[in-house]
Amino acid sequence: MAVKVKIPVPLQRLTQGKEEVEGDAGTIISLINNLDQKYPGLGERVSEGGKLRRFVNIYVNEEDVRFMKNEETEVKDGDEVSIVPAIAGGC
Amino acid sequence: MGYVKGLKCRECGREYPVDPIYVCEFCFGPLEVLYDIESIKKVMTRELIESRKQNLWRYKELLPIDNDPTSGLHSGFTPLVRADKLGKHLGMKELYIKDDTVTHPTLSFKDRVVAIALSKAKEFGFDTVACASTGNLAHSVSAHGAAGGFKRFIFIPASLERSKIIASLAYEPNLIAVDGNYDDVNRLCSEVANKYNWAFVNINIRPFYAEGSKTQGYEIVEQLGWKAPDAVVVPCASGSLLTKIWKSFKEMKEIGLIDNLNTRVFSAQATGCSPIVKAIKNNVDVIKPVKPDTIAKSLAIGNPADGYYATRVIKDTGGFGADVSDEEIISAIKLMARTEGIFAETAGGVTLASAMKLLETGHIDRDAVTVLCITGNGLKTKEAIVGHTVEPYHIDPNMKSFEETLKKIRA
Repeated sequence: MAVKVKIPVPLQRLTQGKEEVEGDAGTIISLINNLDQKYPGLGERVSEGGKLRRFVNIYVNEEDVRFMKNEETEVKDGDEVSIVPAIAGGC
Repeated sequence: MGYVKGLKCRECGREYPVDPIYVCEFCFGPLEVLYDIESIKKVMTRELIESRKQNLWRYKELLPIDNDPTSGLHSGFTPLVRADKLGKHLGMKELYIKDDTVTHPTLSFKDRVVAIALSKAKEFGFDTVACASTGNLAHSVSAHGAAGGFKRFIFIPASLERSKIIASLAYEPNLIAVDGNYDDVNRLCSEVANKYNWAFVNINIRPFYAEGSKTQGYEIVEQLGWKAPDAVVVPCASGSLLTKIWKSFKEMKEIGLIDNLNTRVFSAQATGCSPIVKAIKNNVDVIKPVKPDTIAKSLAIGNPADGYYATRVIKDTGGFGADVSDEEIISAIKLMARTEGIFAETAGGVTLASAMKLLETGHIDRDAVTVLCITGNGLKTKEAIVGHTVEPYHIDPNMKSFEETLKKIRA
């Protein structure tokens, strides 16, 4: 079992059209860096200098990582990670 | 033909063609519509605008559609009410209410954004429209979508005010009530939008949709006699309306419709969901998301997509922000109704109560020409003031009973 990572449409070109890929347990930032090895370019889209980009939301099992430890949040095998661009609404 | 040149990333500046896309593939920044301002400058005059019908399409050169509009043909151009009684109560010289409680057809400013979004969805050839909503957008997409002959999928938090849910159901959309808050609904919708080829007005149509908010700003300027106010107070959920009102003022200056622009822009939020105001007060530009807890459900977005840009506008214009409690929201709703005869939804209570705080703290000058953006009708959130209003007098159907009561009322 690995960590399941859901890929949004704007990044699917980098994952050969795959909506979901598998990654390794560890911190979010290490997960992203590892995915970047397999899918070059993904890392710099989502993060910059080891930090998540301003307009990237990452959820672990439906919880926003900013309510946990941001990019240092730990994920384990079986967790589901979603990468979601920011969305407008309300006023 | 329209005047749109393309889409541009607000972060890195990369340009894209006009498509139903919303996020930069390179840095995830939001895409924004890019206009041919030089050409617009040549055609768009005060006289041209004034010669047109009183709806939001009178500013069509600055709206992102290519053909004639097909949605919201009667939306916009709501009253700018000079609020002298309320102003006097607050010790203000010149106070106005931009009264979007009477926007056609669903009584909130969302009819502005949906007018643009669905006109654009039609141009793109979509047959299904969808949205994630805190209520007002659901209501508006349900209505405009029905009139436009679209299939409709409306996603809302299940905890929404009952009256808002019923208001949407009247138009018979597919209403999906999600067990979760708005941020949960949004996250789900971004996955749904990935999979289905629908026009999600606040996701893949967002760059176009968001431009509709500018029309509130254009109208304020035109209705003030072609001048921008000294101060404008805007309720913030995602922060989009605030940034677009400022953009509208800047565009009017750039085109030459106004000569001066010294407006200070202020943000109003409920204390139970105030990530933007918190960032302003702490003087940081990192928006920390929160779990919303407020009666102002239309503003209950804990993760505001445009929060960063909203804080920048506020800082750049010398504005500020205030946040208010549920009790302050309710008493402001009642104050506006009692003094100006305008019954606003909870977001309107947030705006007025925040403006009152900003007056007290001296951030807004009592002599400043000030506009409050009131975005939705109180009939939509009646639950919020149940138990906080005066009570009716119950009498028997005869004069004696009436006159006994009258005596009590006069005492």
